[in-house]
Amino acid sequence: MTAYRIAIVGSGPAGLSAAAHAARLGLSHVLIEKTDHLSDTIYKYQKGKHVMATPSQLVLRSPLDFEAGKREVVLGTWNDQTAAAGVNVKHHAEVKSIVGTGPAIDGSVMKIVTRKRDGSSETRELQRHAPPYRLTLTNGEEIIADTVILAIGTQGNPNLMTCPGGNLPHVQYQLDDPTEYTDEHIFVIGGGDAGIENALGLCADPAQNNSVTLVNRSADFATAKDANVKALLAARDAGRISIMTETTTKAIEPGFITLDTRDGEVRARCDRIIARMGSAPPRGFVEGCGIEFASSDRLAFPKLSATFESTAPGIYVVGALAGYPLIKHCMNQGHDVVEFINGNLDLKPADEPILEAKFAGLPGGRSVADWLEYLRSNVSILQGMSALQMREFMLDSSVKRYAAGDVVFERNAPGSSLFGIADGQVLVEVNPTDPGITVPINAGTIFGEVGLISGRRRGATIRAGSDCILVEISRNAALKLMSQVPSAAREITRITTERSLLQIFKSGLAPADLVDVIAQAKVESIRAGQAIIKEGEAGDDIFIIRSGSMVVEKSIGGKPVFLSYVPAGSFVGEMAVIDGSLRSATVRAAVKSDVIRLAGESFRALLAAKPQLLDKLRGEMANRTRLNNYIESKKDSFSGVVDMYTGVANFLVDQGVGEATDVLLIDEKLCVGCDNCEKACADTHDGLSRLDREAGRTYAHLHVPTSCRHCEHPHCMADCPPNAIHRGPTGEVYIDDTCIGCGNCQRNCPYGVIRMDKVPPKKPWLLSWFLFGNGPGPGEPSHKWAKKADPAYAEKAKKAIKCDMCSGQDGGPACVRACPTGAAIRVSPEQFLSVALMGREGQ
Amino acid sequence: MASTAPTRKAMTGKAVTRAPRDTAHEGFLGHRRGRWAKVAGTISIVALLAYLLTDATPRPNGGTWLGYTLGSIGAGMIVWLSLLGVRKRVIGSKPFSLKGWTSAHVYLGLSLIVIGTLHTGFQLGWNVHTLAWALMMIVILSGLWGISLYATLPEKLSANRGEVTQQQMLEAVRTLDRQLDLAAQPLGADDAALVRMSLEECRIAGSLGQRLSGNYHRDGNARALAAIGDKVMAAMRSGRADERLQQIQFLLERKEAALAQARRHIAMKARLELWLYVHVPVTIALLAALFAHVLSVFLYW
Ligand SMILES: Cc1cc2nc3c(=O)[nH]c(=O)nc-3n(C[C@H](O)[C@H](O)[C@H](O)COP(=O)(O)OP(=O)(O)OC[C@H]3O[C@@H](n4cnc5c(N)ncnc54)[C@H](O)[C@@H]3O)c2cc1C
Ligand code: HEM
Ligand code: SF4
Ligand code: SF4
Ligand code: SF4
Repeated sequence: MTAYRIAIVGSGPAGLSAAAHAARLGLSHVLIEKTDHLSDTIYKYQKGKHVMATPSQLVLRSPLDFEAGKREVVLGTWNDQTAAAGVNVKHHAEVKSIVGTGPAIDGSVMKIVTRKRDGSSETRELQRHAPPYRLTLTNGEEIIADTVILAIGTQGNPNLMTCPGGNLPHVQYQLDDPTEYTDEHIFVIGGGDAGIENALGLCADPAQNNSVTLVNRSADFATAKDANVKALLAARDAGRISIMTETTTKAIEPGFITLDTRDGEVRARCDRIIARMGSAPPRGFVEGCGIEFASSDRLAFPKLSATFESTAPGIYVVGALAGYPLIKHCMNQGHDVVEFINGNLDLKPADEPILEAKFAGLPGGRSVADWLEYLRSNVSILQGMSALQMREFMLDSSVKRYAAGDVVFERNAPGSSLFGIADGQVLVEVNPTDPGITVPINAGTIFGEVGLISGRRRGATIRAGSDCILVEISRNAALKLMSQVPSAAREITRITTERSLLQIFKSGLAPADLVDVIAQAKVESIRAGQAIIKEGEAGDDIFIIRSGSMVVEKSIGGKPVFLSYVPAGSFVGEMAVIDGSLRSATVRAAVKSDVIRLAGESFRALLAAKPQLLDKLRGEMANRTRLNNYIESKKDSFSGVVDMYTGVANFLVDQGVGEATDVLLIDEKLCVGCDNCEKACADTHDGLSRLDREAGRTYAHLHVPTSCRHCEHPHCMADCPPNAIHRGPTGEVYIDDTCIGCGNCQRNCPYGVIRMDKVPPKKPWLLSWFLFGNGPGPGEPSHKWAKKADPAYAEKAKKAIKCDMCSGQDGGPACVRACPTGAAIRVSPEQFLSVALMGREGQ
Repeated sequence: MASTAPTRKAMTGKAVTRAPRDTAHEGFLGHRRGRWAKVAGTISIVALLAYLLTDATPRPNGGTWLGYTLGSIGAGMIVWLSLLGVRKRVIGSKPFSLKGWTSAHVYLGLSLIVIGTLHTGFQLGWNVHTLAWALMMIVILSGLWGISLYATLPEKLSANRGEVTQQQMLEAVRTLDRQLDLAAQPLGADDAALVRMSLEECRIAGSLGQRLSGNYHRDGNARALAAIGDKVMAAMRSGRADERLQQIQFLLERKEAALAQARRHIAMKARLELWLYVHVPVTIALLAALFAHVLSVFLYW
């Protein structure tokens, strides 16, 4: 077998571009693709999707063309150009292992840790071997290559049926066209969105006469969208589909399936099985090739050198798998990596001009590489990063020089970024009433971490103490940093613990006072609903809520009564430390939260040394006791009111309001259904309403409509390829115009508040509607009108649309301003979930 | 993720304060603890006292100095009250509270009963002046009607719809129609005709008469349900229960329930708007009459 110079695995934009460049350079190569077409991820986009080419300032270096346009055009161009370039493509070829065939590399042993469902883990050792590599395909074929470019993206493989018979031909993992099948007994395995949508598709037309059964492992459909579950249950009620919950597949044979149900085994007729059980990320396969990941974090990417080489010498990783999900980046890397392999090590990355611009305003006249090295070596949390990681990190961050006295940020400003001090010193104004009292923070360390962790407002104003150079690290970059560099994560946790203690307890504490307390402090992750303190139990630990929020409840007359809502940045559990009593109430997490547990013993020592702190806590305790007594006394006389208060509070917490920072509520005792709120939203936002008043849950006439809650830690931000979602200066979560319309945020938002739509043309002036009936009038125009008014509308790209809290509008939220009856309000949960609620519900 | 940080709204180092907003959970009638009720009450009492305490000769009417004052205030207020229709539709980004406007609208509108009536000096007759006053009173009374609806209906509207949207209500009826259509396939011609009656002669909102009376007995679905119900009973009595017909009856009953919910919803929403079909056109008539009234006063002077 002859060895190829380069084997490229995966024909997405990264792999394709690499292969085309290799072909152009005349290098011997093979492009290995598991499907029968090129670029499967893009191939699977919705038909006609508008593919975007961001970031626009980045030049394209690939031998293939790429510009924004329809999916079909993009793929068509690549198909033609790949053929014309003479790329050696091998379709239907799925690589299942890559092993070095050379001698074992001394000391190069990789530990692979696999975690199991039950929480235990298993460690396996892998001895790396030198190239050339042998790539084994699933069909047994083998390919030998000196170097390998891994460009398999992040989509992974579908989870397979593992029961006996799982490999029979009538078991399939995808459903392209549900109308293809008639008169069959079909089982769909998996109750996620994909499974439900497939099952509904198969039974949509009764004329097909399929008998469809959906099998789900658990009792409910927790991971699926509400609308899908509703449609599924409706289909069942209509007798179009059967549902089997708490059921797993035991065995498959031609024509039959055996299922394990709660009531025992069932064997049923079955002509086809469609398994939609999620997909496994490619990590396992990649690690098996000897490629180490930066950490065990789910978000982590492989460790790479500045030339994209992984920890397995001669295996290079590019594209989405390397952490660069945008098509343009993928294509550039494909080009660059082939240049590197071909020996051109002086090649400057394509993002060089972008980075140059970032450093342009700084004194010192260093080159980009020097600046990166300067920051890396001067800011302690950046020290664990590679040169490539630093480049990527800098693209999401910014660096600025501040003159002595400049304000970096102000107290109460929202902000979730973290700052690192590369040079100089900053001053924290610890006393809001007297800016003269400051505490210095020195070069090398960080500040601003509280906003990063809790998503809440800045706790103090910070000024530059001397001329200084600061890196501002966006929340996304910081999260990535923490997942890539474990030492950075530990350092950030330590600093946040110390600082949040100082900030919450103030009272003249200095870091030195806290050494013991912090040594014993533990950060714990609490599930939603889990209690950290139980009423009536002994215990004297104090908890600081680092992120998330808690509800405090007390059992009165045998029923739990809601006492208060505690947002992140507060503490609970102080009573027991002070008076040694049993816990007087239960504190449980409203949403998944992180808390810092401070040992009661060490805290008591601190209290003994700091009488001021004791006074402060006593004051806090008196307040809480007063509240408890008030509610208890009410409970005796107005039990209905208190029950209602608890009911409303629990309802809101169940609706996820515990992770909201700003939520739209509608009092349906006042709402006349005029939809002026929606119209106002549309009229102030490009003609598209960002709220759906009628949809959403209701309890006791309090309605939570479908509208963004500006989550403390927005789920929508998690996986946005161009990083277009941000938290703005007034706390709003907004999407900027670099959105590529991929729909990830829409899928990730658990509250269904993001929609994909295109901006309609401008409406004629209101007066001309009023007088002559021109245009569609106030509110969101219909698609029909938009199509008529603007011929180009149909071709426009859909983008993600969501509430921006009306930031930048002097009047605040338009939906609230425009409600004639006062039914609509936008509030923070702690504002709403106070005892005042009880007064209102009492009316 | 490699993209450049956007320049919009970059941190400036300054705390950008959030625009002030009304977070008070109180309805328009109690807006700012009844501020506008107090203002309107005060205006009315002052006007009443002025009327009682001034000795107008030969008798009080629009022509005295007090009459002119009350008239000007009244006319100004009417014009301002009419502008609510504009305020409601021009949103912009500047601070205002439509709730505050509505609150002021209601109470100042009510104070017009006192101001406008005192302005007439109780000299009513068959002329354009009295027409303006009468139209004003109609607008105000219709406003009171509106308030009574705004105070009582929303709660019922909310209770009726639960968590279902109007769209879903209509969708539910359509889904049942599809199921009926399917279930009717194996039926004989007579029974199938009954089902078709439900499918073809049933309108969700119904005719104008049905909508006004709220009586939908003659609607296709109700008739089909009655007829099928009779057949099912007859079959049961004769000891041969017909499962297919029972299924149809079940579906028709569900459709009747879905229709009832949708109809209650539509009826209540209509009532919440219906009064405006008096309030607004009469307002326009009032503005015209007011103009004529003012013009004639100046012409005959
Ligand atoms: C819905 C959606 C919309 C998007 N829209 C845009 C957009 O408008 N603009 C933009 O810039 N980005 C967009 N993205 C992101 C972008 O599509 C991806 O990040 C990009 O395709 C990644 O390229 P890649 O080359 O790294 O991998 P992929 O494109 O994922 O390609 C990997 C290829 O490898 C193959 N493969 C995998 N495993 C193996 C194996 N073991 N053996 C052989 N072959 C294998 C796969 O079949 C596939 O063809 C979008 C993403 C999604 C999901
Ligand atoms: C002469 C006096 C009045 C005039 C000229 C007047 C005029 C108007 C106008 C033009 C509107 C706008 C309707 C729309 O565009 O939808 C309106 C709305 C309204 N009016 Fe009046 N009105 C008067 C008195 C009153 C009074 C006395 C009341 C109550 C007791 C009242 C209650 C209302 C209410 C509740 C609304 C609806 C607000 C909304 O839903 O947006 N009005 N009025
Ligand atoms: S879009 Fe969804 S996830 Fe994002 S902030 Fe709003 S509610 Fe939270
Ligand atoms: S706050 Fe503004 S953007 Fe958000 S729903 Fe209300 S009107 Fe729309
Ligand atoms: S504007 Fe107010 S009254 Fe009108 S639909 Fe919206 S919440 Fe209801």
